[in-house]
Amino acid sequence: MDSQTVAVRHEEEIAHHEGEHPHYLRHHFETVEQQKEASSFGMWLFLLTEIMFFGGLFMAYLLYRNWYYDAFASASNTLGIGLGTTNTAVLILSSFTMAMGVYCAEKRNRRGLLLSLGCTIILGLVFLGIKSIEYHEKYVEHHIPGASFSIDDFVHPHDKRDIALDPSTAQHAQIFFFLYFAMTGMHALHMIIGVSILFALFYKAWHGAYTTGHTAIIDNFGLYWHFVDIVWIFLFPLLYLISRHPLH
Amino acid sequence: MHFISPVLWQFLVKWLTEFALFPPEASAIAPYMDAFYFFLLLISLIGLVLVGLMVGVFSIMFRKEKSPQATQIEGSTLLEATWTIIPLALFMVCFVWGALLYFRIYNPPTNAMNIYIVGKQWMWKAEHPGGQHEIDALHIPVGRDVQLTMISQDVFHSFSIPAFRVKREVIPGRYSTVWFRATQPGTYHLFCTQYCGTLHSAMIGDIVAMSPEDFRKWTAESTSGQSLAQNGERLFASMGCVSCHSATAGARGPNLAGLYGTKEMLADGKTITVDDEFLRGCILNPTTHVVMGYVPIMPTFQGQISEEGLIDLVEYIKSLDTADRIRQTLNDSDYSPNQVGPTGPAPNYRSRQLTGADQLPDAKPDTSTSKGMGPSPQ
Amino acid sequence: MSTIVRLPNQQDATLPKRSYLNQEYGLKSWLLTGDHKRIAILYLISITFFFFLGGAFAGLIRLELLTPMPDLVSSDTYNKLFTAHGIIMVFLFLVPSVPATIGNFVLPIMVGARDLAFPKVNLLSWYLYILAGGIILSALILGGVDTGWTFTTPLSTHYLNTHVITAAMGVFVAGFSSIFTGLNFIVTTHRMRAPGMTWFRLPLFVWSHYAASVLMVLGTPVLAITLVLVALERVFGIGVFDPTKGGDPLLFQHLFWFYSHPAVYIMILPGFGVISEVVSTFSRKRVFGYTAVAFSSIAIAVFGFFVWAHHMFIMGVSNYSALVFSLLTMLVAVPSAIKIFNWSATLYKGSITFETPMLYAFGFMGLFTIGGLTGVFLGSLGMDIHLTETYFIVAHFHFVMVGGMLMSYLAGVHFWWPKMTGRMYPESLSKLAAVTTFIGFILTFFPQFILGYLGMPRRYHAYPPEFQVLNVLSTAGASVLGIGYLLPMIYMTWSLKYGAIAGSNPWQATGLEWQIQSPPPTENFLEIPVVDYEAYDYEWLANKTQHEVTTVG
Repeated sequence: MDSQTVAVRHEEEIAHHEGEHPHYLRHHFETVEQQKEASSFGMWLFLLTEIMFFGGLFMAYLLYRNWYYDAFASASNTLGIGLGTTNTAVLILSSFTMAMGVYCAEKRNRRGLLLSLGCTIILGLVFLGIKSIEYHEKYVEHHIPGASFSIDDFVHPHDKRDIALDPSTAQHAQIFFFLYFAMTGMHALHMIIGVSILFALFYKAWHGAYTTGHTAIIDNFGLYWHFVDIVWIFLFPLLYLISRHPLH
Repeated sequence: MHFISPVLWQFLVKWLTEFALFPPEASAIAPYMDAFYFFLLLISLIGLVLVGLMVGVFSIMFRKEKSPQATQIEGSTLLEATWTIIPLALFMVCFVWGALLYFRIYNPPTNAMNIYIVGKQWMWKAEHPGGQHEIDALHIPVGRDVQLTMISQDVFHSFSIPAFRVKREVIPGRYSTVWFRATQPGTYHLFCTQYCGTLHSAMIGDIVAMSPEDFRKWTAESTSGQSLAQNGERLFASMGCVSCHSATAGARGPNLAGLYGTKEMLADGKTITVDDEFLRGCILNPTTHVVMGYVPIMPTFQGQISEEGLIDLVEYIKSLDTADRIRQTLNDSDYSPNQVGPTGPAPNYRSRQLTGADQLPDAKPDTSTSKGMGPSPQ
Repeated sequence: MSTIVRLPNQQDATLPKRSYLNQEYGLKSWLLTGDHKRIAILYLISITFFFFLGGAFAGLIRLELLTPMPDLVSSDTYNKLFTAHGIIMVFLFLVPSVPATIGNFVLPIMVGARDLAFPKVNLLSWYLYILAGGIILSALILGGVDTGWTFTTPLSTHYLNTHVITAAMGVFVAGFSSIFTGLNFIVTTHRMRAPGMTWFRLPLFVWSHYAASVLMVLGTPVLAITLVLVALERVFGIGVFDPTKGGDPLLFQHLFWFYSHPAVYIMILPGFGVISEVVSTFSRKRVFGYTAVAFSSIAIAVFGFFVWAHHMFIMGVSNYSALVFSLLTMLVAVPSAIKIFNWSATLYKGSITFETPMLYAFGFMGLFTIGGLTGVFLGSLGMDIHLTETYFIVAHFHFVMVGGMLMSYLAGVHFWWPKMTGRMYPESLSKLAAVTTFIGFILTFFPQFILGYLGMPRRYHAYPPEFQVLNVLSTAGASVLGIGYLLPMIYMTWSLKYGAIAGSNPWQATGLEWQIQSPPPTENFLEIPVVDYEAYDYEWLANKTQHEVTTVG
């Protein structure tokens, strides 16, 4: 069946029997329950594929961290711990506002939903803003892997005298930064997609959607947002906190 | 056959007589591989005949004309267990047999003669310890265990000698080894079997297995005059290695004499055996291979030495068995003719049974490094 | 406990007035459809296109190998040809073949659902497929890519100047297409089954698709991220896979094969499903040992994830991992053996007829047995040293993928053709095609086993002259095979208009899809059925047919 026909049928359904056969029930599902279960199950599966997707990166990280521990530790120490921690807090907070959004949608509280979604959008944007500041810092410091990569800033992670890391080890910091950019970049990409969807959700919620009992989309997006959050929770210690030097 | 033109006929005859069905069995391992192959073929044949019989016989017996009514059968645990366990058992036999063969092929015997192979797009370079260099060919004696220590300069290659039933990936950045003992003199195919770019199919060569006498003759004729260890010694001096690894009391670097094959404690507490791979790693990434008690001050030589140069250095370090030998290099680096080795060549190479070069006459210039170094203008 | 077969009289059959095919007209109604059946047809058309494109490349490869000299095309072109053949056949044909066409069409009906759980995602998956196809085609048109379908690093990252990133992007997108298909199947199987359709009443087709879907969902993302890394490495030259900069090229191998080995099970498992249906239907018997066959699919999916390093036995993996992976490889061979034996035993005391799908299924059983057993050769560590990277490998995976998968795909297309189109294909011509394919196949690929043991390396543009006779045989076989594949394409198209009208259940099969009209209506079931019979219950079907006759009469 074509989506247009479905739409026509749906409108008829809204007009005639709003109560017993809700308009958001898609034609191929028997019950609302079934539709809801199917969509959340699908979302979980999708998140599973996302885990495997990041899994490849984590695998690479694991290998090289084992091989080049000193370079990793030293490079990790040049990351801005303050910005990183702030971002972690921002993201956890956004997870909370997202959870509030899901709660409000279930309680059919439109104002609450809009407020939560709005906060989540802002926090998401703050995260991305801070991330871009960090990226810019890396650019200024010539820590972006490639031809202009500079190894001048890396100090020995264990030695208290702040001696420079020898060049052959320091070269491997490139691999760290490559993984840093690949991992946080993939994560940021997910954030950007998430924030874009949030805008769409906000727009629809503004027009009254999701607070009429059909919360599946908000629920599923919540799962996605929390997933992206959890990925960061893993990325933060792995990238920022390798044998942190007390001085930095 | 008068209706076929004679030219075509000749062509057909030539074509059909040249055609091969089974590769020559030219190494000690080949008969074992072939025995296993025939065992696997037998299993496959039995399996195939069994399935074929079941399908064929049932199709005839129970075709609709003869059997208009199907009898519904749920299954049979006994039968299913049978055809689970029997294949499993057979596969386990294959597994064990295959594993034994694998370890046999990939674990070289300790007294094998060593030849280095460097693969690059799209040629094979062979480096004999005695200083014979070959391209796209490898001469080996029949009846001797030959170990190949192989490395790639660029991409993955794979060194395959079908007649010997051996093959190993040649990987950039690390040594891999394979060994064989040729049994039949002859010329055999050498293929690169890992796709490596445009001229992949041109990365072929000849393996020439020769009788020991012929091989001796060949080595004598084709030596470049400088053994790998001699080349390595020159590199050792010219790259300045000798200034730290001077084997003197106050040396900043570890003493390399007699090091090969020993166990060393690294700075991070791990113990490793000093082998080709470790030595190569030490030269390219010194800081990740720091030996306990030393400061990581050695610069990296990544990008400054070719794979051949590394092989020369490794071969040189292998050849060192006394500290005197290194100090001699120190002096040799000045190329002063009066520094002819007082310790004599023979004891220097006692530790080199691994390469086996000492058993061959061509190794003579090899075993008298210092003599060769002195007078020759280099 | 016996069932009499009575095939319905097809003279009386008429095409239904309303079906998914004539529900709506116009290109837009197809391109924006959410109907799984229409999407299946879209897939069928696009897959056929890519199959023949990939086949044409294969033809050129075989033509080049007719002589030992590199005379038809240059080495670069040859490398681009086999790369194009591999990428197109693997990612654009084999992976989506049965699931995206036949699976898409019948899986929802088999479980008793009106559609897949996410129709829009299903459509998106087709668009991603088309996008992927477009990207890969553009890579070919812009000048081709010569990495081989395996994208081996550091060759692909640092040593080639061809359109590697474009091709990798195409494969990346194709991966998401298959993830979405798999995701849809899993959710549909879990959540959309009709009342009474318990797990053990599901046709084995659904079981095998379920297992394949798990592999798609878990394996494909790893390939995706690997290709992203390859692309980044190519652009920035960082050295994650470059040993001179401290990277590990073997990491790429591990990541790549972590997907690409399960991928062969993604390809073959749906084929197993087709064979179960076909063998059961044409012997009018329940599949022998239903549970064993069902669980063997799951076992293959589970073990399939832990055998990837058997592609790397000669690459210097540690001895222990070589042992473990070889052992697991042996274990994964067992479920396949169980399936083959169970299908053979299904024939016992059946009432067998030899329609075209059955002939293809017999072809499958023969060829897959050979393919599977030669897999044991390669899984045995020592043997693998001699055989890997030679034509033995080529022959092995073509026996499994072409002999196994393509045979079952064709069996499936013939089997469900009446359901999809409402019309029969011409039976005698199709039998000829099945036999031609079988003979052509054996002639093409059997000599390659011998070539492999002789040591002829794969991906060789030129080869020593003593290999020529076998290569000529292989090329000759390829031309026969080509005819065998062209025939169905021609008569199937012909049958769309001129084929006999099929009726709803021309084979007297038991699946739910055969209990509705052919072609099915858009919503599949006017009312969701309540399932009260086991899978492959031919007695139930016989009773039902009898009952229908009495009520009508």
